[in-house]
Amino acid sequence: MELMGIWIPILSIVTYIPLAGALAVVFFLPKERTGAIKTISTAIVLLDFVVSLPLWFLFERGREGYQFVEKASWIPSLGVDYHFGIDGISLLLILLTTLMGIIAVACSYTAISERQKEYYVLLLLLQTFMIGTFCSLDLFLFYVFWEVMLVPMYFLIGVWGSDRRLYAAIKFFLYTLAGSVLMLLGIIALYFYNTTGFLGYKGLQQPPTFSIEKLTAVAAGMPPELQIWLFFAFFFGFAIKVPMFPFHTWLPDAHTEAPTAGSVILAAILLKMGTYGFVRFSLPMFPDAINTPWVLGVVVTLSIVGIVYGAMVTLVQKDMKRLIAYSSVSHLGFVMLGVFALNMAGLQGGILQMVNHGISTGALFLLVGMIYERRHTRMISDYGGLARQMPIYATYFLIMALSSMGLPILNGFIGEFTILQGAFAKSFWWAFFAATGIVLGAAYLLWLYQRVFFGEITNPANASLPDLTAREQVTLLPLVALALWIGLYPKPMFDVLRLPSEKIVAAVGGRTVPSPALARQSPAAEKETSLSVGAARP
Amino acid sequence: MKVSASDWLLLSPELFLTAAGLLILSISAFFEKAKEEFLAFLTLLFTGITIGLVAFVSGYRGRGAPIFAGMFIVDNFAVFFKLLMLLSIVLTVLASIQFVGRAPYPAGDYYALLLFTGVGMLFMVSGNNLISIYVALELMALSSYILAGYFKLEIKSTEAALKYFVLGAFSSGVLLYGLSLVYGIAGRMGLPELAKLFESQAKSNLLSVGILLILAGLLFKIAAVPFHVWTPDVYEGSPTPVTAFFSVGPKLAAYAILARIFYVGFPKFHADWGLIIALVSAATMVFGNVAALLQTNVKRMLAYSSIAHAGYALMGVLGFRTEFGLWGILVYLLAYTFMNFGVFALVVFLETKGYAAESVADFNGLARRNMSAAVVMLVFLLSLAGIPPTAGFIGKYYLFTAAMKAGYAWLAVLAVLMSALSLFYYFRIAAAMFFSEAEGAPLKSSYALTAAVLICAAGTVVVGVAPQPFVEMLRACVIRTP
Repeated sequence: MELMGIWIPILSIVTYIPLAGALAVVFFLPKERTGAIKTISTAIVLLDFVVSLPLWFLFERGREGYQFVEKASWIPSLGVDYHFGIDGISLLLILLTTLMGIIAVACSYTAISERQKEYYVLLLLLQTFMIGTFCSLDLFLFYVFWEVMLVPMYFLIGVWGSDRRLYAAIKFFLYTLAGSVLMLLGIIALYFYNTTGFLGYKGLQQPPTFSIEKLTAVAAGMPPELQIWLFFAFFFGFAIKVPMFPFHTWLPDAHTEAPTAGSVILAAILLKMGTYGFVRFSLPMFPDAINTPWVLGVVVTLSIVGIVYGAMVTLVQKDMKRLIAYSSVSHLGFVMLGVFALNMAGLQGGILQMVNHGISTGALFLLVGMIYERRHTRMISDYGGLARQMPIYATYFLIMALSSMGLPILNGFIGEFTILQGAFAKSFWWAFFAATGIVLGAAYLLWLYQRVFFGEITNPANASLPDLTAREQVTLLPLVALALWIGLYPKPMFDVLRLPSEKIVAAVGGRTVPSPALARQSPAAEKETSLSVGAARP
Repeated sequence: MKVSASDWLLLSPELFLTAAGLLILSISAFFEKAKEEFLAFLTLLFTGITIGLVAFVSGYRGRGAPIFAGMFIVDNFAVFFKLLMLLSIVLTVLASIQFVGRAPYPAGDYYALLLFTGVGMLFMVSGNNLISIYVALELMALSSYILAGYFKLEIKSTEAALKYFVLGAFSSGVLLYGLSLVYGIAGRMGLPELAKLFESQAKSNLLSVGILLILAGLLFKIAAVPFHVWTPDVYEGSPTPVTAFFSVGPKLAAYAILARIFYVGFPKFHADWGLIIALVSAATMVFGNVAALLQTNVKRMLAYSSIAHAGYALMGVLGFRTEFGLWGILVYLLAYTFMNFGVFALVVFLETKGYAAESVADFNGLARRNMSAAVVMLVFLLSLAGIPPTAGFIGKYYLFTAAMKAGYAWLAVLAVLMSALSLFYYFRIAAAMFFSEAEGAPLKSSYALTAAVLICAAGTVVVGVAPQPFVEMLRACVIRTP
């Protein structure tokens, strides 16, 4: 980025502000000064958010390719570069990450009372690693961030989690690690296909590189059977992270046992890594594999099973946090279905729904965390009639529950509607099953709401609960505002997503179904769209 | 045989170290127990001088040619291994000062033996002839048997020494038998000459048996399945600094001669017997990791972990014909030296604080008692599990690459999954350190041990974050075959 003639590596700055902050806390603040640690941590995440805001305003919507690019040689012997850059997809996710960083720190003030220094240091480290993952344009660098991210999360769950935290933490780590090491082999295979070849495949004899752009082109030209192998190598890495059915079993445990901030970040950001991986890598890299009917069939079937099964399991949960965790399985199934509809509507809807899920599910975890702090129980049966005692809390909860179930004027509706549109264009049955998921979603959320908030206060322990404090409301307000913004006027989001989505859809060779935002485009933009479709693979 | 002055010069590090060992042995009798730290200091000084000599010699022009009538060679490969081995001796001395100082045994012999082991190792990696390699190997092995049993009044230590000796002698016998068969067929011992001969000669079954026996003897030294059984007992029973040393120093030497013999002497071998190596590698990593999962004793767990790591390293042997094979092993061994010694150094730390360092529970609450130690230990564990951005990840990355390139994709898949599995037992220690609520007085480390740990930690992190200068340097250390 140029500012007054000086080149500023803004992505690196956004990425490493939390890391620098974490080091400062480690070395300059003794652990007894908890107040100062909280203040400094908050200041750091706020600063990071402020620094990331120019990305939104300076991002050129009409420009193809990656922006704010930074590139330097890192391990030339292997062809590894330090290569950062973003497109519209990563832009949204980075902004979501910096925003969620603030909320994660702010919601921990009173919830975390032990080993506070370590806690905030880990949160800040996690922040750096997550932003780095979204910024990376080099597969090797991406992999480094992708893996190292697991470490702070492991400790956040393991130290500050609830009863079964040890089990949940190691399960989370092992599951995601097992998936990502297979992805590593996929990366190595790509590397060799580009250079000297392997396993009987003659390589392209090009200079070694891990550049995502270059390797995407290389991968798309691979023979179909190799594409299928590599698609599945990457698939395991991403599908476990998403998580797709049947790889989802780590998620309820991790979510339930994690401290509130951990659950919020898991739901809002970490799960998005998986879907982001599918959008960024799987789709443009392995079009032939994806267009193989059985491969697409497997992925879509798993997504639909995830939607329906996830929703049905959600219905029977007794623990609020577990309930919301399982609802993530269903929602992420939705995202996957949209992405694998392989058309503009589905893809844009899927990406937007990633953000939406981060906002609404993140907020729901926050809300559950707030009541847990007051009552130290998450069991639905312990509550009832809270609306009388905590009207403000009830209002926020209602807004976010409605957002999560996809009520019009809130964000979830836009995402789900667009995904359904894309899915319908592909197949009636896809849309049909997805729609049952929406119905079930309304059922479990409204039923939850009814049991927790309506009726008389049956449990005397709930009779004198204080309502939300100003600080708690401040952590929730930005999420409510975002939910309304996306619900009422999603065009800015679709504008940012249009070009990268078109590129991906063209690369994967799907048909274009205009999304609502596209339908409102000027004729010139329409023409541009059809042009890029014309360039699509047959 | 014509020996020029430059031959002596090129061998000066080994000669100096021999003299240093003898000197320490002879003066140790004059030191009472309380003043033995001076001997440790002398050992460090002499090792440091040797490192300087190796560095000096590495700048000598024309050192690439064999010396002493082809018995030795001081190529880049040898220089790299020598520096790394001498570093492992320095680390061992640093980790031993307090540990051996507390024990009721004279420390002078201990340091002298350590130096003699070093001499053996240095000669081994320079060996260019089956005989010189074998003799050096025996020098190293005999000294290390005694080191294993150095705490002679402790039953476990004596048991370790006995097991190590019996099985080690047996494997040396196997190795020697293989060497004799090869000599019987070829009538010569120099590695380049052997390669030249076998290039034109048809394969014979007898030669295959000979090579197989040599391979078996070497696999014993690197503790690959099914020749691994000695490792857990020896690692558990030996004094912990010695265990730390065994897990890197002699292993480095064994890998070095494995590479030297098969890379230079039998270059056609790996093409023919890839499947055997692949199966041994697979069995080693599966067995090592699964057995480590079941351990509660830290030293035994780390012993099985180092068996598993031998399995990974064998993937590099598979890739000898490719660019990443030997290069990968070198990168990997550099990482392995730092991280594995580091882990053991932390075990030494706990032992000097009065823990038995037997069970994982000894690590309980370490984060509360010495946060830096816990964090550094975490770095080593992450590196062993191959999580970026640590040296262990870079090393493993090269080995996975070598296996893929050599065409053993199934082995690479197995290796990455086993590597992920290994996190489970490594993180048992991490969980004990950070999650346990156990309280206690703060633990302080001695300066020498802190220095050893810091060297290892710096190596693990720097090689992981900025690997470029190291991998490029190591590329130049790959043996050039004509």
